[in-house]
Amino acid sequence: MAETIQLEVMRYSPEHDAVPSFQRFEVPYRKDWVVLDALNYIKDKLDGSLSYRWSCRMGICGSCGMMVNGEPKLTCATFLSHYAPDAVRVEPLRYFPVVRDLVIEMTDFMIKLQKVKPWIIRKDEKSIVDREYLQTPQQLDAYKQFSMCINCMLCYAACPVYGLDPLFTGPAAIALAQRYNIDSRDQGAKERMDILSQHEGIWGCTFVGECTEACPKNVDPAGAIQQYKLTAAKEWFKSLLMPWGAK
Amino acid sequence: MTPHETKGAVQYTPYHPRWYRMRVSTYWWLWKWDYLKFVLRELSSIFVAYFVVITLLQIHSLSRGPEAYARFEERTRNPLMIALNAISLLFVLFHTITWFNLAPRAIVARVGGKRVPDIMIAGSNYVAWLVISAAVAWFILR
Amino acid sequence: MAADAPKKLLEPFLWTLFSAGGVVAALLMPVHIFLFGVAFPLGWLRDLSHGRALALIEHPLVRIYLFVFCSLPLFHWAHRFRYTLYDGLQIKHLNEVISVFCYGGAIIGTALAAYLLWRIL
Repeated sequence: MAETIQLEVMRYSPEHDAVPSFQRFEVPYRKDWVVLDALNYIKDKLDGSLSYRWSCRMGICGSCGMMVNGEPKLTCATFLSHYAPDAVRVEPLRYFPVVRDLVIEMTDFMIKLQKVKPWIIRKDEKSIVDREYLQTPQQLDAYKQFSMCINCMLCYAACPVYGLDPLFTGPAAIALAQRYNIDSRDQGAKERMDILSQHEGIWGCTFVGECTEACPKNVDPAGAIQQYKLTAAKEWFKSLLMPWGAK
Repeated sequence: MTPHETKGAVQYTPYHPRWYRMRVSTYWWLWKWDYLKFVLRELSSIFVAYFVVITLLQIHSLSRGPEAYARFEERTRNPLMIALNAISLLFVLFHTITWFNLAPRAIVARVGGKRVPDIMIAGSNYVAWLVISAAVAWFILR
Repeated sequence: MAADAPKKLLEPFLWTLFSAGGVVAALLMPVHIFLFGVAFPLGWLRDLSHGRALALIEHPLVRIYLFVFCSLPLFHWAHRFRYTLYDGLQIKHLNEVISVFCYGGAIIGTALAAYLLWRIL
């Protein structure tokens, strides 16, 4: 079968271009091919200068996020058959600065991720010689969903608030903060609350819900943020009514 | 993004490529159907405020006596008002449905260690809505 | 940090008002708009006469109900509309003006509702 499919790929070379442009490629159409396979074919056989990120090709590393026909997708998990016979438009992840072709600058996300302290914070560190931190299956269940995040940033590409306000911490970072807040081993909820109960933290979110739609791992960051807001509101009233009970 | 400084070696001159930043248009909410649905949901709040104003006017006319009240009722019978109220009703219903459907995501209820399924949280909201609406209607109509 | 304090202080409270208003609006608005905005004017159902309305509204619980009905949804509108103006029109630089307009409007509406319902005694 000499079937082919058209790929419309965004090109941008910072040394040569003022604005991005689109380049059309014709790649073989195989039923089991994903968009990443098509991109690899382009790089191997058609235009070696095409730049893009990818790694595991099985939806766990979070490297290959791009806009496919205007939707944020993992290119390793998006089948060409879903779009055939129409052309497939591939662009870099939305709302991030474009370094070159399909490669985006993600330092902003990395900074925000670090800012929310996504690790177990303890007031009393147990040494390894003592017992390990025990956790029941129910306690694990409480935060497990939010721990599935692969940092692919598709949620940032879907979130209009992030697009409009670059200061917004963003879905994945806040969901990961919440993941640690409700981890029974963690004692850092107050610390994170001080950081995130800000306008560019959880209060910037208007529950559009697109982040949850885009997430390939069903993390439901929108849900995490709303739960966080509820907790923040409770804390606010508690501190108002019982100011002496500061944790 | 600070340049590396190796001891005694030639200083690295950072080459910073010119990133391309796409500007988000004022009409970003027209880019996707889901974005438009979101903005419509947010705009429903205007119709909520509108009907509160109508209710305040109704209470005001009530206090001014039967003639004022009759004039108020006459104005509500104006076809334009009825049309506006019908549209408000649609928007407020849109608010109600989206609100109840999203409630389970914000409320985490656990019974006996297991998470209450979303449909039960949303469902109980709908049931409460029907019961309360019926009670209010009965109270006004009886 | 001290400059952040007022914002950090109020936002959770405003969100709570927004949520409460959203619940009240979701539960009560549809039946009210249907009855007073559509069914009564179109004659589908028997109207609420002036005499009966006054009799109902005399009851303090009814007046409290109406106060909640008028006040909380206004705060729901205020919060939501404020963010719509931020994001939809991207006019964040008018921040303070928007906040005053929205929450000020809700406060005025609430005060009006309290005054009207009190005066009806």
